[in-house]
Amino acid sequence: MLLKSKIKFLYPIALLVIFFLPLIAAAAEDTAMSGGSNWPWWFWPILLFVFCFALGIIAVLAGVGGGVLYVPLVSGFFPFHIDFVRGAGLMVALAGALAAGPGLLRRNLASLRLALPVALIASTFSIVGAMLGLYLSKINPDIVQVCLGVTIVGIAILILLSKNSEKPVVTCQDAIGLALGISGSCLDEATKEQIHWKTHRTLLGLFMFILIGILAGMFGLGAGWANVPVLNLLLGVPLKISVATSKFLLSITDTSAAWIYMNKGCVIPFIAVPSIIGLMLGSFVGVRLLSIAKPKFIRLMVIFVLLFAGLKAIDKGLGLGILG
Amino acid sequence: MNEHVSKSLKPMSEQITYANLLFIGAWTGIVLMLITYFLYVAGIISPHVDIALIIQNWDKGVDEYLKITHTPPGWGWLTLLTKGDFLNFIGLTLIAVLTIICYLFLVVGYKKRNDWVYFFICLTEIVVLTLAASGILGTGGH
Repeated sequence: MLLKSKIKFLYPIALLVIFFLPLIAAAAEDTAMSGGSNWPWWFWPILLFVFCFALGIIAVLAGVGGGVLYVPLVSGFFPFHIDFVRGAGLMVALAGALAAGPGLLRRNLASLRLALPVALIASTFSIVGAMLGLYLSKINPDIVQVCLGVTIVGIAILILLSKNSEKPVVTCQDAIGLALGISGSCLDEATKEQIHWKTHRTLLGLFMFILIGILAGMFGLGAGWANVPVLNLLLGVPLKISVATSKFLLSITDTSAAWIYMNKGCVIPFIAVPSIIGLMLGSFVGVRLLSIAKPKFIRLMVIFVLLFAGLKAIDKGLGLGILG
Repeated sequence: MNEHVSKSLKPMSEQITYANLLFIGAWTGIVLMLITYFLYVAGIISPHVDIALIIQNWDKGVDEYLKITHTPPGWGWLTLLTKGDFLNFIGLTLIAVLTIICYLFLVVGYKKRNDWVYFFICLTEIVVLTLAASGILGTGGH
């Protein structure tokens, strides 16, 4: 009971942290830029840890991955170059997906028959995306910043407009889905009813993962925001299986892109480790808060934060300076 | 629930092995990261790149940063494992290599079942991930 009230106490704090820590980071960045950096070195890992802890809570409550919030917010408000933010962002998304994976596989919620062919396409093209992103960043990092901003604004609109389907109706499985045997069964915990599922429009869905892989690798984003609508709405996979398979999928897609960034030297442990630990601990608290939080409000808040972060990235990339 | 129905709800044995490996590996990686980061920032093991130098240069592109800090790209960190900052790469590398290890078990499982399509999918995935990890694709000179 005491623990629950303590956790409940963390909820408004997380919201405040999300809003105010970027401002502190931006102020610290300005001080550093003006040559008067009075912040001791330990200020940065602590700031990152607290920020990512809050981000982890909010990400779980909003049903989005940590990477999609981490990259635009940290690149917009912290002084790090976009190369290092994307490197850390991928490690953050990877660690979160790896930690969630065992539970999803043991409970048979993540479907290997669905995940493996999709993962092969997404992970191959996330390498292409990572190399393309690093190449563009070498030419001019502002190009990546603007493209990231446009993508983030698009993601916010997608989250706002997409309506998931709990149990999509698939009357006839297509040839590719049938040949690959992409189907399965799951148990509806509420009704104790066994749900059989299969896919349709499989070829189109597989093509979509080319684009998803490129975007994930290019911007260092986990791609749960795109995986779930494609698996659920396009392929016709039940929502619960889509969410679980998407999370598991990230552990494979992000691995290939993470290696490209890591080998290139884009992962600085001083930045990456507090981000990973903070976000993972925040996610655990977020799971406990799920029962008391108001998901609708959180979702709207995340859409607002994403829109703002996306516009800030565009503003930063174009050098307009409208948003500070 | 009859036997056929309950069987179709159960994951295959390799899936459980995959989950167990992922669980052990992910948490070992995270604990390693915590320990090595503490050794690094507490100054118990001296770093290759001074923290002040990192802070001064983290707003620069990766190529410029690597040049200023004399940091080797790719697997070059292996030669600097005695340094506090590069020690952190043990945990980071473990979580990045886990999926490849787990896939090896899937390859064996699908071969046993004569599921050749998924056997080749898994094998190709191992090649893709190993290629990414090798540094052949991502390591640019500086």
